[in-house]
Amino acid sequence: MGAAPVADALAERAYEPVIGLEIHVQLSTRTKMFCGCELSFGEQPNTRTCPVCLGLPGTLPVTNAEAVHFGLMIGMALGCEPAPRSIFHRKNYFYPDLPKGYQISQYDIPLARDGRLGDIRIHRVHLEEDAAKLVHAGASGRIHGAEASAVDFNRGGTPLVEIVTEPDVRSAAQAAEWLRLLRVTLRQLGVSDVNMEEGSLRCDANVSIRPAGEATLGTKTELKNMNSFRFLERGVNAEVARQEELLREGGAVTQETLHFDPRTGALSPLRSKEEAHDYRYFPEPDLVPIAPTEEMLERARSALPELPAQRAERLESDMGLVPDTARLLAFRSDLGDFFERAAAARVGDDSKAIANWIVGELVANIGDADPADTKLEPESLAALVGMVREGTVAGSAAKDVLTTLVAEGGDPAEIVEAENLGAAGGDELARVVDQAMADQADAVEKIRAGNDKATGAVMGAVMRATEGRADGAEVQRLIRERL
Amino acid sequence: MTGDLLDLTAAQAGQRVRAGELSASDLFEAWRERAATDSLNAYRWVADAPPPEIAAGAPLGGVPVAIKDLFCTEGVPSAAGSRILEGYLPPYTATAVEQLAQAGAPMLGKTNMDEFAMGSSNENSGFGPVMNPWDESRVPGGSSGGSAAAVAAGLAPWAIGTDTGGSIRQPAALCGIVGLKPTYGSISRYGMIAFASSLDQAGPLTRDVTDCALLFRHMVGRDPLDSTSTGLPEEVRLPDQERLDGLRFGVPPELTRGGVDPGVAAVFEQSLRHIEELGGTLEEVSLPHSDQGISAYYVIAPAEASANLARFDGVRYGLRAEAGDLASMYEDTREHGFGDEVKRRIMLGTYALSSGYYDAYYGRAQRVRTKIAEDFRSAFERVDLIVTPTSPTVAFGLGERTDDPLAMYLSDFCTVPMPLAGIPAISIPGGLSDELPVGIQLAGPAFSENRILEAAYALEQAIGFDGSGARG
Amino acid sequence: MIDRDQVLHVARLARLRLTDEEVERMTGELSTILDHIEKISELDLDDVAPTSHVVAMENVLRPDEPRPSLPREGALGQAPDTDGVGFRVPSPGA
Repeated sequence: MGAAPVADALAERAYEPVIGLEIHVQLSTRTKMFCGCELSFGEQPNTRTCPVCLGLPGTLPVTNAEAVHFGLMIGMALGCEPAPRSIFHRKNYFYPDLPKGYQISQYDIPLARDGRLGDIRIHRVHLEEDAAKLVHAGASGRIHGAEASAVDFNRGGTPLVEIVTEPDVRSAAQAAEWLRLLRVTLRQLGVSDVNMEEGSLRCDANVSIRPAGEATLGTKTELKNMNSFRFLERGVNAEVARQEELLREGGAVTQETLHFDPRTGALSPLRSKEEAHDYRYFPEPDLVPIAPTEEMLERARSALPELPAQRAERLESDMGLVPDTARLLAFRSDLGDFFERAAAARVGDDSKAIANWIVGELVANIGDADPADTKLEPESLAALVGMVREGTVAGSAAKDVLTTLVAEGGDPAEIVEAENLGAAGGDELARVVDQAMADQADAVEKIRAGNDKATGAVMGAVMRATEGRADGAEVQRLIRERL
Repeated sequence: MTGDLLDLTAAQAGQRVRAGELSASDLFEAWRERAATDSLNAYRWVADAPPPEIAAGAPLGGVPVAIKDLFCTEGVPSAAGSRILEGYLPPYTATAVEQLAQAGAPMLGKTNMDEFAMGSSNENSGFGPVMNPWDESRVPGGSSGGSAAAVAAGLAPWAIGTDTGGSIRQPAALCGIVGLKPTYGSISRYGMIAFASSLDQAGPLTRDVTDCALLFRHMVGRDPLDSTSTGLPEEVRLPDQERLDGLRFGVPPELTRGGVDPGVAAVFEQSLRHIEELGGTLEEVSLPHSDQGISAYYVIAPAEASANLARFDGVRYGLRAEAGDLASMYEDTREHGFGDEVKRRIMLGTYALSSGYYDAYYGRAQRVRTKIAEDFRSAFERVDLIVTPTSPTVAFGLGERTDDPLAMYLSDFCTVPMPLAGIPAISIPGGLSDELPVGIQLAGPAFSENRILEAAYALEQAIGFDGSGARG
Repeated sequence: MIDRDQVLHVARLARLRLTDEEVERMTGELSTILDHIEKISELDLDDVAPTSHVVAMENVLRPDEPRPSLPREGALGQAPDTDGVGFRVPSPGA
């Protein structure tokens, strides 16, 4: 057998991506992880620092209780088991943005482990401190003819939670969708601004591929700097494609860290080869263990709101919504909250219809805005949906009413009345149908011959004549009555 | 300064101030002038202005204190004996120093030390060695050698230092003064430039046990800025017991036999006789793992130091070697800023933590540490205190041991086990051998400082050591 | 016990530049010290828990209350090189 068939076999083999995510979440505490400096939101550089977060000789860290509380909340929300006793470690490496020459992080005993969010298992959740910011000095000059940078320690020491998943993700799209779920979950917890562009939510991905159906894991690469959902998806797709091409050509993947350039979509190795990583982790002697007391655990538990995944489940089972609608309402808590208020004011069995009006017409109308910020009252929406069900306003006219309600507020029945948008009915509609059937004699013949589609022509004529105020079902009934 | 003032202990001087017989500012000025005559290289900096007014009735009476250069003091040079911090002016003051100032012990000066507290002879200072006032051709011990020499020579009424493996007790012994290494956590470490964070502990170096208790009383306390600080569960008492009746003293063969010079052993034996005469009982207790103490210590301390000294990178403070690229800037800065011993320990510690060696070195050393603590625990089920020589030798000659780092390390074997276990120990002068002081060490369980101070006081009265020979 | 290459590797991890003479001397000294430290490998420590803290404290936590930060001049005051706003360093990778 020659080489060609082997090459063909390689070329044709189907691969499956195996992806694990590492997410860094900046906590929205008031102060830093280990000192009393307030967190920075774009202040002037180096104005939010103190001897501790500058790593001055002799200073010592003291753990922020609220960061531990937020960490426990995140662990619990992700279904993890909080460790009875976790400790901090020092992670040693030199970089100008790391003032002590080590990062205080957690290593073999993280704050919480072994959880699940959606379809993805959570490996661990741990606390650590953020690094400072290194910015190119630009016009401020060069050092000995070489490029200079300037360090701003405002961000240094911001509390971070690192969330590491198991390698359960199987596609770039799934990675992005899951990250959305995580983000909305964290937002619901109120523990972080979760803004990817501003870096309060950061995602790295460990990517490997393996022949479809096999259980072994391939060599993985680590992708950094994918600071939006779109970049995450593009970066992972690019890396999967790169690895597939490598393997198809008979090559091998080397373990490395890759930087994703969102402008070009290119992946480039991040660190120089000379510095093999050796972080020399050891227990941080300046801090004592965190052993959550029953009181700490209870405080974290009782601070947990209903989480998006739970809400979606409840909207499905209790309100009878279809899964897609339920998830949309659950993941956009502003829509979910509006829905639940409207549904509470509903008459009869309108929940599904109200949900559909929200995810359909309302979202089309207001985009990403919070409906609570518009003039529309949830009760008005419920009333409008009720009118549509009763046939007192036609669907297309109801859309106009909604637009008015969003912009100006008011009572839907009054708007219908005032703008003469009420469904055409009674004698008026009967006369219109009679006229339409007379005008569309050809179509009427076809209907009589059993061609139901021909009804459309009569219907169209009725709608034109009533300017859309006619209820379709009622028109159908009147047509059949007259055949 | 009048000879009269010089002969007063700090407690006596403070008493006179409080009694209105002496003004705090005159006292400070007298000590400032005296400190300025330092010819031992004991000081790195001496106060150039009188301190703010001492509150009337301040418990320490305005008696100024010499501060080891590794305590950060706002706006005052704090270099921890290292060239890498030459000229560094901290923007804050260490908690212990702040507490002493509040209690009426203003800072007299900053004392020389082995670089980053690494050493047993003070020859590792980036600013030259300190000389022993008993014999200027000899070392004062280390690393708190400047503090010890200053107190012994009468250049300071009292001083504070830090002890990681013996750095208060050993120089106190070699200089013929009292030095206490308290229970880990009893005094805040905030503002102490860290050497080995799980071992470092501040403590007093004083002329006698009463001064020691008095200074210590105002150093202890739980500090919200130090997560590992506990304070002391009881108030420090000024000792007044002159007997040792009912106290059981353990003598561990591992720390008292092999390697102890005959002259030191003779003074130690004499102290044991004093203990018996005062009503104490002696009993042999074994500390079977103390042989491994040095090994565990010389893994743990350098490992922690390797991380603690990583912040000296030329970015935010201290020395910076100019170089065009980042790696060279780091390496040149640290090459020029650190001395040989510091580099040696950074290398040792980095190696002990590095991938593939952690378990064999750091992991095992932490387990040995557990065994050493257990040894002490079971010993203290049978005895109240343990008594040993502080140092196996008297002060040795400058330059005598600098070529053999291991030999220097091994000489710490009497003092290293206590910090590994976190327990307190004091060194008091036991007498002279060849005209040089010999230190006697008393160690007790965690937070037994009052018991240690009482026993040390009784023994001190019986020994009747005269340190005036060094105050020339 | 430790060879020249290991010494160079460790020196690189610790960002220490060693002269040839220092590498030579360090290799000898560290080997001697490590040979002595090896003593601890003779002990049976399998069932012994490691001690990283001698204080038996847990949950030493600080309330999330802001404290004043340093003015920028204070933060930059001891720096060897600044542009008046930040700490200047040679660019990584430059």
